[in-house]
Amino acid sequence: MTVPVLPQSLRDNPRPAQWIGFVPGKRVRLATGKVELGQGVLTALAQIAAEELAVDPARIDVVSGETGVTPEEGFTAGSQSIEASGGAIRLVAAELRARFLAAAALRLNCAPAALDIDDGTVLQDGAATALDYWSLAGAVDFEAPATGTVPPRAPGQFRYIGRPLPRRDLPGKLFGGGFIHDLRPEPLRHARSLHRPWPGAALGPLDEAAIARAAGGAVRLIRLGDFAAVLAETEALADRALEAAEARARWSGGTPRPAVPSEPLALLGAEHAERVLEVPAGRADAAASVGRVGARYLRACLAHASIGPSVALARWEDGRLEVLTHSQGVGMLRLALAQALGIAAEAVSVQHRPGAGCYGHNGADDVALDAALVAREAPGHWVRVQWTRAQEMSVVPFGSPMVVDLAAEVDAAGRPVSWEMTVTSGTHGQRPGHNGRTNLLAAEALPGATPTPPAPDVPDAAGFGGLRNAIALYDLPAQRITHHLVARPRMRTSSMRGLGAHGNVFALEGFIDELALRAGEDPLAYRLSLLSDPRGRRVLETVAAMSGWAGRPRGGEGVGWGIAFSRYKNRAAYVALVAEIAVEQAIALRRVWCAVDAGLVINPDGAANQVEGGVIQAASWTVGEEVRVGPEGVETAGWEHYPILRFAEVPEVAVRFVGDATDPPLGLGEVALGPTAAAIGNALADALGVRVREMPLSRERIAAVLLG
Amino acid sequence: MIGFTLNTRPVTVDAAPETSLLHALRGPLGLLATRFGCGAEACGACMVLLDGEPTNSCTLPLARVAGRQVVTVEGLGTPEAPHPVQAALLELQAGQCGYCLSGIQIAAAALLARNPAPERAEIAEALAGNLCRCGAHNRILHAIEAAGAAMRRAA
Ligand code: FES
Ligand code: FES
Repeated sequence: MTVPVLPQSLRDNPRPAQWIGFVPGKRVRLATGKVELGQGVLTALAQIAAEELAVDPARIDVVSGETGVTPEEGFTAGSQSIEASGGAIRLVAAELRARFLAAAALRLNCAPAALDIDDGTVLQDGAATALDYWSLAGAVDFEAPATGTVPPRAPGQFRYIGRPLPRRDLPGKLFGGGFIHDLRPEPLRHARSLHRPWPGAALGPLDEAAIARAAGGAVRLIRLGDFAAVLAETEALADRALEAAEARARWSGGTPRPAVPSEPLALLGAEHAERVLEVPAGRADAAASVGRVGARYLRACLAHASIGPSVALARWEDGRLEVLTHSQGVGMLRLALAQALGIAAEAVSVQHRPGAGCYGHNGADDVALDAALVAREAPGHWVRVQWTRAQEMSVVPFGSPMVVDLAAEVDAAGRPVSWEMTVTSGTHGQRPGHNGRTNLLAAEALPGATPTPPAPDVPDAAGFGGLRNAIALYDLPAQRITHHLVARPRMRTSSMRGLGAHGNVFALEGFIDELALRAGEDPLAYRLSLLSDPRGRRVLETVAAMSGWAGRPRGGEGVGWGIAFSRYKNRAAYVALVAEIAVEQAIALRRVWCAVDAGLVINPDGAANQVEGGVIQAASWTVGEEVRVGPEGVETAGWEHYPILRFAEVPEVAVRFVGDATDPPLGLGEVALGPTAAAIGNALADALGVRVREMPLSRERIAAVLLG
Repeated sequence: MIGFTLNTRPVTVDAAPETSLLHALRGPLGLLATRFGCGAEACGACMVLLDGEPTNSCTLPLARVAGRQVVTVEGLGTPEAPHPVQAALLELQAGQCGYCLSGIQIAAAALLARNPAPERAEIAEALAGNLCRCGAHNRILHAIEAAGAAMRRAA
């Protein structure tokens, strides 16, 4: 007998009681460590539970992201939730259902095979009995670890999986409220925090009375080393106090500020750790080299720029800390808060509440420490801290700038016979707990804090950080991939949607396009000639058919078409994408077609929504976004200076899922980022006849390349 | 004391005249659908209708609201009786995080009130002051088209 490999989430949380409970009122309680980030995950997880338990999804109440209450499942990140939490829930629910059927069979003195369940009620030979989940719950073992041996329902039997269920959280958010921003627990005080504009900066004296006078009300100033906060009774007063405090704050010292332009290399700096990854050949080095091709691709530093600012609420009472947060990882945040405050983790409870769209490691964790620090100074009150727009776009971790160098020798047929890639990037993983540090912004400003050592990158086993999607899936000769992990980038960098995949796929798929053009071949045909993976071929062929690739207009005229392919993390969903653009001085995005193989899709509408959103966000990053840093810190701390794509600028997006429902579900929240960037870059090269290899593909960069 | 009409009801607020309407709504008036995004008229998350015109409330001092008509998302519709824009946004699942949707509902309702049959470009134009970071734009544009169609059918 083969022992099934259980999802990590289930190995870490093996007892069904940790996941599922049946509560009075014929309700089902589903607990998950994953949290709603606007991606619809709780709807999809409820759908999975409903399927395997055979209950109406409307009966399910989801509890998510509460330390000590929900299963510990790490961060909600990396397009992992459906595979990890969904995989666990699917097996647990299937097994619980079997345990209930066994218990019912005993009561009814029949074989379990004569029984079925419909919306929680036990059926015997198709007829309802008096038994249901709720009446039988006492007779069923919720503590014995799930074994993963009860097969979940097969695609042909699905009632709920594969159906476009509406999002459970959307109505609440549409009609008002529904966000952490809207919580008003009493007694409530409002605070605003002051953070260093650059690392290591020292804060000069601040006068509480002067701040209160300028703000026009009672204000408390809290100073803890080089961290400060203002505390007031109303939000309006706290805002005015922050303005007064910021106007009076004098910052000095700290790391030298770069008086440099914001090019990726200058922002990254030269000091780095190097390592080399050798990927064995996917095809024999058949022929001799007839020439060498090389190119350098750049990605700018990127900001999350979520529409809602980071918010947290904290209450300190009798040495215990309660925190409400929109963090992606309540368990890790709890440990980091305890470490930063010098208290036991058991004294801290952390609960997730929905924030505005979250695209990675943003300010959610940092602001939670801000709130905790202030709450400790005002025991008994709930302290709510909200960041300003400028903080949200300057003191947060950013997506690292990247420099990607590619080189290949090619044979007479234009196929690569050698392959080298060098990725230079800051870390893509500096979340709380990473590297044993809290990595919380204010922690470094507290009295006696030691500076954070250079962070390592996301581990390879987690899908790589800077090297995410650096390994090409094509049938290439041995790939030699070098990683330069920059020791001290000029800004804080951490995980942002797709990590290194956005820069790497842009580079890889741009370079493949260059090779195809050099060989005088159609970019689609060239890719297919180097791709034996059938699922990869299928998405490429599908997107070609969807877009009418073969009949696309040729010959420039200011219109360009580009194609790109990748499999996110080389193990999540396959994506092929075609972009159509028009170019005058700048790019006008017209249409995008996207074919995705994510295996079994739990909620097709929610999945399409994720992919569509990923395309638009990546398009925005690719054509226009760049964080700039100057002598006074980040210069792009607002949308006026960091424009994102607007309604008049978005392309229409068509998404089609082509996966097989018998393949396991694959994550897809981040799958479209890299291919979108590459398809737009390739479309631009198609339109111009020359290639722009530096993102953002802005008016200025296009002009610079055209002028040669 | 500053008085104005909020969602058809007269209200008064005891706050300094330079207080922003957004602070008054989310603070003493306790209406939470109007949201803070930037405080700088750059995102539209805080939009309300001021005498029928979509207006950012984050920089709008209460003094300028005195005696005027303010409509927020709460005044557009309710889960039981949604505004056509709200019904269509839900029907098309037009949103991811949903944070941007308050201001967008306001801008869309104002557009459809004067033009129930807008083209895609006209809708995009009416949403020029609204940002969405999740990339829900296409669904939102389609939902507003659908809302217009529903309003024309009902008229
Ligand atoms: S909060 Fe008012 S426009 Fe952004
Ligand atoms: S849905 Fe998240 S900002 Fe628009």
